[in-house]
Amino acid sequence: MSVKQISVFIENKKGKLAEATRYIADHDINLRALSIADTQDFGILRIICDDPKIADAALKDGGYITTVTDVLAAAISDTPGSLATILEVLSDANVIVEYTYAFNSSKAGAYMIFRVDDNQLAAAALAGAGIKTANQEDLF
Amino acid sequence: MSKYYQPEIETASVEELRKIQNEKLVKQVKHVYENVKYYRDLMDEKGVTPDDIKSIDDLHKLPFLTKADLRDAYPYGLLGTDLKNCVRIQSTSGTTGRRVVAFYTQEDVNLWEDCCARAIVAAGGTNEDVCQVAYGYGLFTGGPGLNGGSHKVGCLTLPMSSGNTERQIQFMQDLHSTIICCTPSYAAYIGETLKEMGLTPDDIDLKAGIFGAEPWTEEMRRDIEKSLGIKAYDIYGLTETSGPGVSFECEEQTGMHINEDHFLAEIIDPETGEVLPEGSKGELVFTSLDKEAFPLLRYRTRDICVLSRKKCSCGRTLIKMSKPMGRSDDMMIIRGVNVFPSQIETVLLKEGYSANYLIEVDRANNTDTLDVSVELTPGQFSDTVKDLAIKEKALAGAIKTMLGINPKVHLVAPKTITRSEGKAVRVIDKRKLHD
Repeated sequence: MSVKQISVFIENKKGKLAEATRYIADHDINLRALSIADTQDFGILRIICDDPKIADAALKDGGYITTVTDVLAAAISDTPGSLATILEVLSDANVIVEYTYAFNSSKAGAYMIFRVDDNQLAAAALAGAGIKTANQEDLF
Repeated sequence: MSKYYQPEIETASVEELRKIQNEKLVKQVKHVYENVKYYRDLMDEKGVTPDDIKSIDDLHKLPFLTKADLRDAYPYGLLGTDLKNCVRIQSTSGTTGRRVVAFYTQEDVNLWEDCCARAIVAAGGTNEDVCQVAYGYGLFTGGPGLNGGSHKVGCLTLPMSSGNTERQIQFMQDLHSTIICCTPSYAAYIGETLKEMGLTPDDIDLKAGIFGAEPWTEEMRRDIEKSLGIKAYDIYGLTETSGPGVSFECEEQTGMHINEDHFLAEIIDPETGEVLPEGSKGELVFTSLDKEAFPLLRYRTRDICVLSRKKCSCGRTLIKMSKPMGRSDDMMIIRGVNVFPSQIETVLLKEGYSANYLIEVDRANNTDTLDVSVELTPGQFSDTVKDLAIKEKALAGAIKTMLGINPKVHLVAPKTITRSEGKAVRVIDKRKLHD
């Protein structure tokens, strides 16, 4: 139970993010979730979209450096403490979280994306706690 | 065709070569003393006359010429014959100061082209080859030199000059070029373009490349060989002595054979000017033994290298020079440490990065700063900042190990460092702006 996330290397320079997102739009890639990690020199644009295979090929074709990673999308309820609960479950299972970000869609509901060191272990721990993790299709 | 272009010279015994050199040197010193006032004055100042030069053992008695002399004597001060006897001018790019203008008689051109022909034959060239010359044509010696050499070997010559890379590849495919001559950075760029066009080395017929005019590393050689499916040969030369073909590589790829029947080589201590024994690392000095129009004696190249007369498996007896390990023109002094761009390039390639990099030297708070930007390759990318930070740190560490200076490393997107079709710009020294 994981989803494919595409990461794109983007230089931390004026207009580069606009350029990349315009490129994504021009290739009919529909973004469901997105996060950006940035340093002084560069940023990593992480996206979740409907057809990661086609999107990744299109980005590579455009000269972008990309990498595809399996990440977990955990359903999250709109109540205080729900994120803390998930993180506690993961922590108790000795799962290391590299980064996380959230998204919400009217159709699919609210999810937290987790990049962890061990997807299988994390998914099992979450399932044990009654927390659902999504497949790519569930998000669209 | 023979394995050698001029076997009688290229495989001559050391004694035979020495005899040729002795005779030519005595004659050349006389020619220069009588015709070049600038050098005659230098000799007079040192109290040396042509009679003092009886063999190459006396070479050390002669004064040196430096790039500064060439600038002082610009344009006609070192001319060895009447302008009416000259047929050609070639010139340096002038990037490191005032340009050098070199003159050639017809015989000078002829001998220069022989040197280039030796290089092409050493790279496996015969009259059945199609030789694509993608060095710049014009004042730069690269294009005209290899063009002339290619004619002499009898190759079908494509005088492409540099640039318009897709058209280069088109011609390469349509006319089945087997040899390419250009700068190594341009060869790497052709390799990249080939890949971008969806082609592989199997789609072209190249078998060999002759690359020179700028420093390049063994790692870069392997990259180029792989991307173009060729064997890559180094060639060395400088406008001051003629152009490419002063020395050239054979199939052993362990240094370049100097055409020492035309160019007498010495290695000196760059500080003291003292001649060093064979095998020592030092500054390369050339004496042109045949040049009529621009006959430089003991010209200091600023290139640091090593000479070796170790037996070569190719059968050539011509002395070999190592790839220049640096050039005092390129040498930067950063925080008191001598740094050559080629050292940084070696580290980059060893760590799996591309040879597309830019070195920026600046000064902040009275301390020199070194910034190295390098293009990230797909294999190195990661979705976490942590991984990339570790990579930057590892690369900075490797550069520090090599130079003893801590650089700041910047990973940049592919194709963001400007490509060059001639000599690549690798270094920007901003300190000069403040001085």
